[in-house]
Amino acid sequence: MAYVPLADQDHEMEMHHPHSFVEKYVWSQDHKVIAIQYGGLAVFTGIVGLVLSLLFRMQLGFPDTASFIDPNFYYQAVTMHGMIMVVYLLTALFLGGFGNYMIPLMCGARDMVFPFLNMLSVWVFLLSVIILMASFFVSGGPTGGGWTLYPPQTNLAGTPGHDMGIVLMLVSLAVFIVAATMGGLNYVVTVLQYRCRGLTMMRLPLTVWGIFVATLLALFAFPALLVSAIMMLFDILLGTSFFMPAIIESGSPLDHNGGSPILFQHLFWFFGHPEVYIVALPAFGLVSDVLSVHARKNIFGYRMMVWAIIAIGGLSFIVWAHHMYVSGMHPYFGFFFATTTLIIAVPTALKVYNWILTLWEGDIRLNAPMYFAIGFIFTFIHGGITGLFLGNVVIDLPLSDSYFVVAHFHMVMGVSPVLVVFAAIYHWYPKITGRMFHEGMAKLHFWCTFLGTYAIYLPMHYLGFLGVPRRYYALGTTDFIPASAQDLNTTITIAALFVGASQLLFFINVFWSLRNGPKADPNPWGAASLEWQTPDTPPVHGNWGDSLPTVYRWAYDYSVPGAEQDFIPQNTPEEEGPTMNDDGMDKEA
Amino acid sequence: MALAVVVVLLVVGTVIFHFSQAFDGPWYFTEIATNWGLIDFTINVTFWVTGAAFIILNLFMAWCVYKYRHRPGHKAVYEPENHKLEMNLTVITTIGVVAMLAPGLFVWANFVTVPEEALQYEVLGSQWQWQFRYPGADGQLGAADVSNVTEQNPFGINPQDPYGQDDVVVNDPNMRLAVNQPVQALLRSHDVLHNYTVPQFRVKMDLVPGMVSYLWFDPTREGTYDLLCEELCGIGHYIMRGSVTVQSQEDYDAWIAAQPTFAETQNIPEPDLAAGQAAYAICATCHGAQGEGNPQLNSPKIAGQQAWYLERQLKHFKEGARGGDGDTNGAAMVPMAMTLVDDEAIRNVSAYINTFPDEPSAQTIAGDIANGADIYDRNCAACHLDNGAGTWYTDAPALAGMSDWYFVTQISNFMAGIRGLHPADVYGEQMVSMATAMSDLEEINDVAAYINTLR
Amino acid sequence: MSLFKNVTAKPWERKGVIGGLEPEGAFESPNEKVALSIFLVVASVVFSLFTVGYILRMELPDWRPLSEPTQLWFNTALLVLSSVLFQWARNITKNDQEKNIRIAFFGAGAFAILFIVGQLITWDNLQNAGYFLTSNPANSFYYLMTGLHAIHLLGGLWVWSKSSIRLLSGAEPKDIKLSIELCTLYWHFLLIVWLVLFALLSNT
Repeated sequence: MAYVPLADQDHEMEMHHPHSFVEKYVWSQDHKVIAIQYGGLAVFTGIVGLVLSLLFRMQLGFPDTASFIDPNFYYQAVTMHGMIMVVYLLTALFLGGFGNYMIPLMCGARDMVFPFLNMLSVWVFLLSVIILMASFFVSGGPTGGGWTLYPPQTNLAGTPGHDMGIVLMLVSLAVFIVAATMGGLNYVVTVLQYRCRGLTMMRLPLTVWGIFVATLLALFAFPALLVSAIMMLFDILLGTSFFMPAIIESGSPLDHNGGSPILFQHLFWFFGHPEVYIVALPAFGLVSDVLSVHARKNIFGYRMMVWAIIAIGGLSFIVWAHHMYVSGMHPYFGFFFATTTLIIAVPTALKVYNWILTLWEGDIRLNAPMYFAIGFIFTFIHGGITGLFLGNVVIDLPLSDSYFVVAHFHMVMGVSPVLVVFAAIYHWYPKITGRMFHEGMAKLHFWCTFLGTYAIYLPMHYLGFLGVPRRYYALGTTDFIPASAQDLNTTITIAALFVGASQLLFFINVFWSLRNGPKADPNPWGAASLEWQTPDTPPVHGNWGDSLPTVYRWAYDYSVPGAEQDFIPQNTPEEEGPTMNDDGMDKEA
Repeated sequence: MALAVVVVLLVVGTVIFHFSQAFDGPWYFTEIATNWGLIDFTINVTFWVTGAAFIILNLFMAWCVYKYRHRPGHKAVYEPENHKLEMNLTVITTIGVVAMLAPGLFVWANFVTVPEEALQYEVLGSQWQWQFRYPGADGQLGAADVSNVTEQNPFGINPQDPYGQDDVVVNDPNMRLAVNQPVQALLRSHDVLHNYTVPQFRVKMDLVPGMVSYLWFDPTREGTYDLLCEELCGIGHYIMRGSVTVQSQEDYDAWIAAQPTFAETQNIPEPDLAAGQAAYAICATCHGAQGEGNPQLNSPKIAGQQAWYLERQLKHFKEGARGGDGDTNGAAMVPMAMTLVDDEAIRNVSAYINTFPDEPSAQTIAGDIANGADIYDRNCAACHLDNGAGTWYTDAPALAGMSDWYFVTQISNFMAGIRGLHPADVYGEQMVSMATAMSDLEEINDVAAYINTLR
Repeated sequence: MSLFKNVTAKPWERKGVIGGLEPEGAFESPNEKVALSIFLVVASVVFSLFTVGYILRMELPDWRPLSEPTQLWFNTALLVLSSVLFQWARNITKNDQEKNIRIAFFGAGAFAILFIVGQLITWDNLQNAGYFLTSNPANSFYYLMTGLHAIHLLGGLWVWSKSSIRLLSGAEPKDIKLSIELCTLYWHFLLIVWLVLFALLSNT
């Protein structure tokens, strides 16, 4: 059966015109509205995660000043902060938010392939967030077992939320996986099947590549989390012994026997490591496009960038046990996983080189999005090289479970992706809202975020070198931690409070400019990719008016010698006209 | 422009900060105390390689931002890719990666191969304590299993196993090693994941319930080092502390000879209740004939308290770990405890006290029971149990039905640092740390009022 | 495969429209079939991970193999029949015919329902014989994996029942052609999964 395009037939168009407010903004099947819903919900959840982090930072910086932060709450806050930020904020925001908004526009499609499934996805995501938030209100509160949820600890009386909290967390994750799978199938099939005329895979912007490969990773990695969640729920609710060995709870032996906690860790990290790249790859893609547009230069080494995304995605499935060097697994695994982990550094380093080489000999416009993108390169280099410490198995011995780990992964998958999120939101804000944001406020937001987060995490590495363990409610007395470490912790907390508060600049800017920002040009940055070429700004339902665009070139024709402008939109025809039935490159077998 | 300057400043600042710490700064690696100098070497190699990359890449980026900033008439150069440059960069990166990985794998091979001459000892983790076991003269540790665990046999050593009889058991969280004697630590857990970490040793490994993991090292420097749990193990994770003392072979031999063997801990004679009763006469003047306590004399109820806890506290009073500065009521107890000449006398009187009927003591404290219940369930129940009965397993005494006013004074003492910080009170600091779950006297009263409902 | 050819192309060197006059997907199959195929890969990851967990857990000393009831052979036959009938239904609609389509389509679903009933009876027999979920990890895995397989089958039956209702309420077979094709693919997949599970469970 031949591919049937979502062509320009009248009855098809009809489908894309909602008739009432509810249809338009609540039960919407428009990918752009769904993207805003997904993103808004993710950011709302992320604010909860941010507030939690500031609360437990209070305990670390100013011990015992806030009376409600007891050990129980501390561990709950740490756990929920981690899970919210990794899964409910970053994964949902990059795939559900940016993926939904960008893919159809950048592919020149009217919408996702399955708009109804897309709508279902966001509502199931809402359900998972509700279940997650419900755990704050049940008896015992949310789980405090650490975001890795390692059994047997999470199920035992000595852990906060061991009764209802952990069950709700696992159920919420399972529901989230359903939502992510529905969305993910949509994104993948849309990229494969719904590209407009002339748009080959290698003409796609790197944003689409990053989100496409990340979605594939999500589709194949989340099952591992699902499997471990199901088996753990069986252990908790039905008394099986998949992960639970014979153990003692509060002095009395339990009925379990023979299970393997390490099996859980393998399953968890088989999901958990690709998860890092589920967050990182879309960020890589988005930042590549921001850098290229504002440097007025094509992304350097486009092919290498695509290959690196694919290589990183593939390798990410064979490095998971580098999270488990000191877990008691067979020590010989250390050789294999240290090697694969350091190999993955090569394509990642190449991406960094190419971002910098994109700036090289460019014509750099230092707009607010570009600030964030360049800030990202700095933080990502920093987070990347500390990964080389932890990935090298023997260096992990002294550093694992210390603050060095916390500092590393916050630099690499906290600060860096968040800088990209801001870069991307500022970059596409004019297209999404039709208004310009306040440039000065955006730059102030950048300075506060960039310098503030570095003030948080640079010192934290040194606490790790010292050997200060993570997940400690209080340091107590030790011989090796000097009193000055507390000063460092206080500094870090003040910086964190400052960064947390400065995010208000972002929200004020975004909401204020919505009404008061100057009307935006349809293509204010002079970008070549398709999403800037829509007939309406912001794009209306159906995106492309009467006819779908036709693509004549790749997404990076900037500063082409001899061209009138310093960019040529993808849908600008060549003089000689379309070459039809070209058998050179893209004909399917 | 400003951005380029800031990036340069950040690079310079980072490098200065790093060297300020690496050369004798307060926030850097502790002085190593084992043979694992090669790990530090690998770290240094990695520092040089990655440090060079950090500096070069960021400075080059800053230069690009400055040099190719937008100016009127300036135009970007059109260059889709430079395959040769990319290949060269790939090769250079690969060389750097190999330079870091090769020593890493070499050292890891050392780490996974335990030398023949390494002596074994066992580390047992449980919520939230460390215990240790050394093989006896036969050089073999006896078989152990969770199913054998009792208060008298906390290691779960199989009583039938002949190898286990001469095992030396250390039932407190302070262990010792002989300097320059390679050792292999066999790691075992009775409940959840823990992690055996001494920062100065550089190596660490998880304790996994249901299996035995290991690590090895050769202690090269004498001293006493903090032992920390570094795998999240529940609400008491941060109070799971211990120490490792590395000392000369002679001191170590003397110490280990003084420790009881497993067989000795199993063959303790039954306590002599008659002797306990005789010794109790002096206690009765304050604590009452049935151990019911007397608030007028500041004497808490002791009937119904767990025997192991009574024994431990009597020893603390004798050793001066309690009843010191600031603890006037406790000071009165010290001479009384001194009347118990030895451990056997302490055991006898504790056993006798255990024969008293356990009548809940009168309620003297009022407070917000709901708030107290919230604090108790969230923080206290993990050790003292939901019903306040306490258990030897978590070193938690009974609270339910005991003197509520005494609870308030003792928590206040923990919070004020009057109780629990003496070095001989090895479990006291745990309560000092946990007591912060209550922020003030009012909350202590709330919890006391809730505990009063648990009888 | 031209996807490979695609990613080695230098996209900046060629301008103009590549390909024909119409937009072109990477696969010629209908989008629903592409999506289903990807979903089947995802589902096989789930089952593979359970299998890996099964094999790793099996190594531990407390494992007592479960002797699988012989009734499973009968259940397997039911599922094979169900799959065969779906294939028949697909062939009928593929050739744009209508004869026997109802027999094939309804029969296929009916045998699948019988398979699930058979699985439930097996569970019941095991329970009565004292093989409970928590008695041994081998039992836990047995219930878990057969249950998960049955849930997947129920998901397929939901789609089947929707198409059946359409067929009963007068829809032409050609209207549910795509649905039949997708069901057939899905059923074959679940049959293969079942055969692998069956082999795994009965050989260990």
